[in-house]
Amino acid sequence: MAFFPNVRLHVVTGKGGTGKTTVAAALAIALAAEGRRVLLVEVENRQGIAGLFNVAPLGYQERRVATVERGEVFALSVDPEEALLEYLELFYNLGRAGRLLRKLGAIDFATTVAPGLRDVLLIGKVKEAVGRKRNGVVVYDAVVLDAPPTGRIVRFLNVSDEVAGLAKAGPIRHQADGVMALLHSPRTAVHLVTLLEDMPVQETLDGIEALRAAEMPVGAILVNMVREQHFEDAALALAATGSLNLTSLRAGLNAAGVDVTAKAAAVLATEATEHAQRIALQETERTDLEATGLPLYDLPLVPERVMLGTLRLLADAIEEQS
Amino acid sequence: MTRPESPRRPPRLFDIDDVLDSRRIVVCCGSGGVGKTTTAAALALRAAERGRRVVVLTIDPARRLAQSLGLTELDNVPARVEGVGEDGGELHAMMLDMKRTFDDIVQTHATPDKAKQILENPFYQSLSGSLAGTQEYMAMEKLGQLHSTGEWDLIVVDTPPTRSALDFLDAPERVSSFLEGRMMRMLLAPAKISGRAYLKVFSAGMGVFTAILTKITGADLLRDVSNFLAASESTFGGFRVRAQQTYELLKDDGTAFVVVASPEAAALREAAYFVERLTSERMPLAGVVINRVHRTAEPKLTAERAIAAAEVLEERGIEPIARAALLVHADRVRMAERERQEISGFVATARRVPVAEVDAMATDVHDLAGLRVIGGALGAAAGS
Repeated sequence: MAFFPNVRLHVVTGKGGTGKTTVAAALAIALAAEGRRVLLVEVENRQGIAGLFNVAPLGYQERRVATVERGEVFALSVDPEEALLEYLELFYNLGRAGRLLRKLGAIDFATTVAPGLRDVLLIGKVKEAVGRKRNGVVVYDAVVLDAPPTGRIVRFLNVSDEVAGLAKAGPIRHQADGVMALLHSPRTAVHLVTLLEDMPVQETLDGIEALRAAEMPVGAILVNMVREQHFEDAALALAATGSLNLTSLRAGLNAAGVDVTAKAAAVLATEATEHAQRIALQETERTDLEATGLPLYDLPLVPERVMLGTLRLLADAIEEQS
Repeated sequence: MTRPESPRRPPRLFDIDDVLDSRRIVVCCGSGGVGKTTTAAALALRAAERGRRVVVLTIDPARRLAQSLGLTELDNVPARVEGVGEDGGELHAMMLDMKRTFDDIVQTHATPDKAKQILENPFYQSLSGSLAGTQEYMAMEKLGQLHSTGEWDLIVVDTPPTRSALDFLDAPERVSSFLEGRMMRMLLAPAKISGRAYLKVFSAGMGVFTAILTKITGADLLRDVSNFLAASESTFGGFRVRAQQTYELLKDDGTAFVVVASPEAAALREAAYFVERLTSERMPLAGVVINRVHRTAEPKLTAERAIAAAEVLEERGIEPIARAALLVHADRVRMAERERQEISGFVATARRVPVAEVDAMATDVHDLAGLRVIGGALGAAAGS
């Protein structure tokens, strides 16, 4: 099975520090590996995607960042000023006047200060990419949006509300309505990245509730940095309470050809205890996530620095669970 | 005069207790998810238990952390935290209510009629709730208010997890220049701009601008903006002055900035940016706290050897507990090594900045006891 095969727009959100950008990139690779042409978009100009794929900073021009089997990943960093200028160009044929507006600070004003306008422009660009056709064929089979964090996601996506109170008519309102139609359709899914820790899980649960209240289509929970359980259940229970037998642990290590001091064996036992407590915490948190009824996808904790190879590993994990 | 420093030189140690005992304001900043709020709370608690009267201003604390501080809702006034400070110190905590802080400013500075007009204006409602930079501005406004009461020995401020450091330092300037700015005045009345040359260029530009803005947003928005500005001109007249005062307060020797990070590449990149920015603005940067650092007390047993040994046991089908312990250790060593690399890279770019590391805990921190442990680790950093 493919990951949400009918979805064209995958919105990826998550609490800060959960690896949202990494997971969005892994998802883009997983989708591309199924033979799709995928666009990965970032909107906060952190250049996180460029860092992950080890390419020069992204601009407003879409660029291919990876080729995966029969598929490709393109990437784009949407800048609200550029989006506004492109938009004005498209609808009003501004030419030099657009540059004059920029000089006057009007573009900066419109994109940083006018409430909601910035978000409408950013998602508007994403919507354009989703719907873009060349010779009657869609250009991108799927678009993955590395969206703002969970705490701001509903406000970010709910542009209609934001704009409705302000712009009651006109093209911006029209644009906002078009965006809302896409976001509320089955072609869109909002996925939440979390860790199996208290705060990210709580924020994820709050986020799901808020998304559902706003009638946004919630997709999957992508659980990042899942620690592998190395112990069998009985031994894990012993480790959790610090009750591993040090003498037999040391004997076991010796049997493996690792000659360790009693102190070193005690260090390994302490590390085992901390590991077991983490695993126990993971299971409690997982139960809370399962209660949402949403599909959970596990991405393993990778001890090394995330690079293209590790992204591929995470992408494989998503594919295997689909 | 200055001697080039060796890149291998270890980072300077961060004497947190000296900061907590001597400063009046501590500002914690950093990207989201690095434990910034927890660090702010731990520092405040430690200062209180060292005998000072402390208030911690948090922006958006996790629910259980908030509960541990006795915070149940956005209240905008400090409340005393029970069970802290038997030796004369006190800890008070509050959560910033951005909208209420904004509303308070309006009510304090406008006549009741004007205040009502402003508060009911749709543009104001949207602005006070969502304008980029408003949260940062209101945090600084609240800091100024708390400072001016003179009630506190120490104010610890948690900052919003903004996507860039620029937002945070620029916030007062951005909001005030917006409210008082040329652009707004031109929108209101282009004729007010003095100087003939300006008048000509700008009214031409503004004509196009207002025409387009009206076309794009509909006429309602511009009308709301104009009404809002007309009503608030006197109210917000002092914004720039206040922003300047806050800026001076932040720059003062009595203030300390603490940059918070985790040993992840992205978080350290943001931290390096903060350090750069604070240094170039000549802000009193006290040091960097790196949270959730993994280490091992047995580095001599390398990951490679541990994995190889685990494989031996696996093949022979014996000693499953020792095998698992070896794999746990291998993961831990690899993680510690990767983090050490990230931290060294950070230290090499910001090597004059004192650094304190806090070890990762096996479980989450959300009570006073956990905060005390973290505060203790921070205090010990200078002594180690």
